Amino acid sequence: MSEPFCLRKAKVNQMLKIVTVSAAGELGRRIRDMGLIPGTECKVIGKAPLRDPVALRLKDFTLTLRNSEADHITVREQEG
Amino acid sequence: MSTYTIGIAGNPNCGKTTTFNALTGAHQHVANWPGVTVEKKIGHLTRNGDSLEVVDLPGTYSLTAYTQEELVARNFLVDERPEAVIDVMNADALERNLYLAVQIMELGVPLVLGLNMMDEVRKNGKTIDSARLAALTGCAVVETVARNAHGTDELLKASVSLAAERRGEWKPLHISYGPDLDPVLARMTALIEESAFLTDRVPARWTGIKYLERDEDVIVKGRMADTAVSDRLEAMAREVAEHMQKTLKAQPDALIADYRYGFIAGIIKDVVTYPLLDEDRISRSDQMDKVLTHTLLGPLIMIAIVYLIYKVTFTVGEIPMGWLESLFGVIGDAASNALPDGHLRSLIVSGIIDGVGGVLGFVPLIIFMFLMISALEDSGYIARMAYMLDRVFKIFGLHGTSVLPFIVSGGIAGGCAVPGVMAARTLRSPKEKLATLFVAPYMTCGAKVPVFLMLAAAFFPAHAATVMLAITLGAWCMALLVARALRSTVIRGECTPFVMELPPYRMPTLRGVLIHTWERTWEYVKKAGTVILGISILIWAMMTFPQLPADRVAHYEALRQAAQTEEAAADIANAESEEAMLNTVAGRIGAALEPLTKHAGFNWRTNIALTGGFAAKEVIVSTLGTAYSMGDVDPEDAEPLSERLLADPAFTAASAVALIIFTMLYAPCFVTVVTMARESSWRWAAFSVVGSTTLAFVMAVIGYHVTRAFL
Repeated sequence: MSEPFCLRKAKVNQMLKIVTVSAAGELGRRIRDMGLIPGTECKVIGKAPLRDPVALRLKDFTLTLRNSEADHITVREQEG
Repeated sequence: MSTYTIGIAGNPNCGKTTTFNALTGAHQHVANWPGVTVEKKIGHLTRNGDSLEVVDLPGTYSLTAYTQEELVARNFLVDERPEAVIDVMNADALERNLYLAVQIMELGVPLVLGLNMMDEVRKNGKTIDSARLAALTGCAVVETVARNAHGTDELLKASVSLAAERRGEWKPLHISYGPDLDPVLARMTALIEESAFLTDRVPARWTGIKYLERDEDVIVKGRMADTAVSDRLEAMAREVAEHMQKTLKAQPDALIADYRYGFIAGIIKDVVTYPLLDEDRISRSDQMDKVLTHTLLGPLIMIAIVYLIYKVTFTVGEIPMGWLESLFGVIGDAASNALPDGHLRSLIVSGIIDGVGGVLGFVPLIIFMFLMISALEDSGYIARMAYMLDRVFKIFGLHGTSVLPFIVSGGIAGGCAVPGVMAARTLRSPKEKLATLFVAPYMTCGAKVPVFLMLAAAFFPAHAATVMLAITLGAWCMALLVARALRSTVIRGECTPFVMELPPYRMPTLRGVLIHTWERTWEYVKKAGTVILGISILIWAMMTFPQLPADRVAHYEALRQAAQTEEAAADIANAESEEAMLNTVAGRIGAALEPLTKHAGFNWRTNIALTGGFAAKEVIVSTLGTAYSMGDVDPEDAEPLSERLLADPAFTAASAVALIIFTMLYAPCFVTVVTMARESSWRWAAFSVVGSTTLAFVMAVIGYHVTRAFL
């Protein structure tokens, strides 16, 4: 089991699993509406030309997230 | 024979509007939800003797109280109690789409699940067991491909029979929220039931959940209904929240979401089968994104696409625009010939026909722009534009999608703020949208170009191109800076989160694009016939009345009689027009403002021209011509006016710079103002007029004095 780290530091195409979502209020609600909750598997599939925001691939769909928003999410690397 | 109301709910990008269009066809109309600018679309149809009212709810991801859209959707379910609701779902992302469905089920409204985009599900190698889904959720389930109208009829049939069967009865779903929340929720439910607290409208347990989620809308309504019960519920919610914060470091709303997703995950495991080796397969959409959002290629392609939208709108749109102009010219001439000379003729020709004609002239631009923007939006590209540009626009408190309104308004010189302001529709974030609406008209629209060209030709003849470039760049700088200022003051607040879906690329359907374009165009034309016609008559009256007193007219008549040559007679007529204009309401305003505007180097003539510019910016050139006793000046060929201005010792290069700055920034033309009010509110549009004009004046004064000091 690898150590949890902030989603902002994730590399492109690294397989990830969400550990915690600490955002509260509207941001927290929007993040959860999109299905970003602990246990969700995801992968950063691309970054915008200026490295922010990033495109995050979930099992069924893709969403965008700013780095400042990714700061509220910690992830763990998934093996294989 | 019954009458049913059927609501259509769903996430954004799930094909909800396509489904609505397939169900209702042309039998629909657009209104506004009371008190908000969210659109309400209603369709009426009869089916086997039943008369149905189908209401398209705003696209939302959940039913909390954070956005206007969610509140509108939720209040519709609670207050209007539709006999059935269809939740249109993107079946390819069933898990996330069920999150909204589960919240509707918790209310208990009779619900039909429309599994849309089944073609994509099959293409991606997944299978969905609809029968199992129906059994697990207790809802009717219908598979559809709305873009081909597959299954939409079955969807309607299922919702009508559900409505007939349930007869308005609600059956709320109970989800367990775990050992931390279930006990307190049970106590809250008991209290709510025994005091009949809001139970005439919503299920007791639902109210309890909303108190735990700290839903402001429900809590406010609860306090109004019964303050004592509301206080007890709030205390219970607070207590459990504090306890959870200590033990779990989480808030109840997060835990509730986790359990909802847990409930959904249980369903998904039973219902959806994923293909093996799914991870290795790169979807076509992801491959396209590798090019279209590439670090270097992405922005280049985006520039090309934006430029293409602009080019097509204004070069192709110009052709039918010319036909409309000629048509109104012919009608105007016919009316001139048919009517006797006098106020009535002037009113009909200059007030009504010119006014409405000028406004309807924009229709081809609006059509072409919306054809392209709708197609781009349906294809999923607009979301990518926002994604690529967000970093830049965020600095100024705007959103990536703000780029479209800017460009169409004249970010590339020659646009038009009317379709530009309408393009702000694509912005989903309210604060960013207000800021964009406010500053988009600063861009160099086609009507301002002749003003700038005329002034540049007069005062900076060797550098006309440089001046135009400087103006275009200056407009961008001002727009971005003012947006930043607005977002730090009147519409202060955090950026709207950018957690946004990047939908897979899809081929837009012709039908969808045409319906969308038609709606927008028709809405604009309706405005042209009402508000805009009224204002156009008002402006005409201001520039016509009061007329010269009889003795002055007689004086000019006598002069004309005495004139020896035709040239002399023309000079006299022009002098008369000048005096007549000074005598009108607009002229008097212009003259009265001179002591103030002289700080920016504007004389009364400029003031009248700028007042007229509120009708349409190209009027500035023609009015200035009349005010300088030159008769009618053709805005396309304003060289004589340039020479005349140069010869006026009171009108210096500094005045020209000030006038350029003022024209760039001051109140948008009234057609734009009306459109802006439609997109936001009359208050915001009024603030834009006053705020921008004040800013324009301050900047013009600065420009005037700085230029005078250096030139």
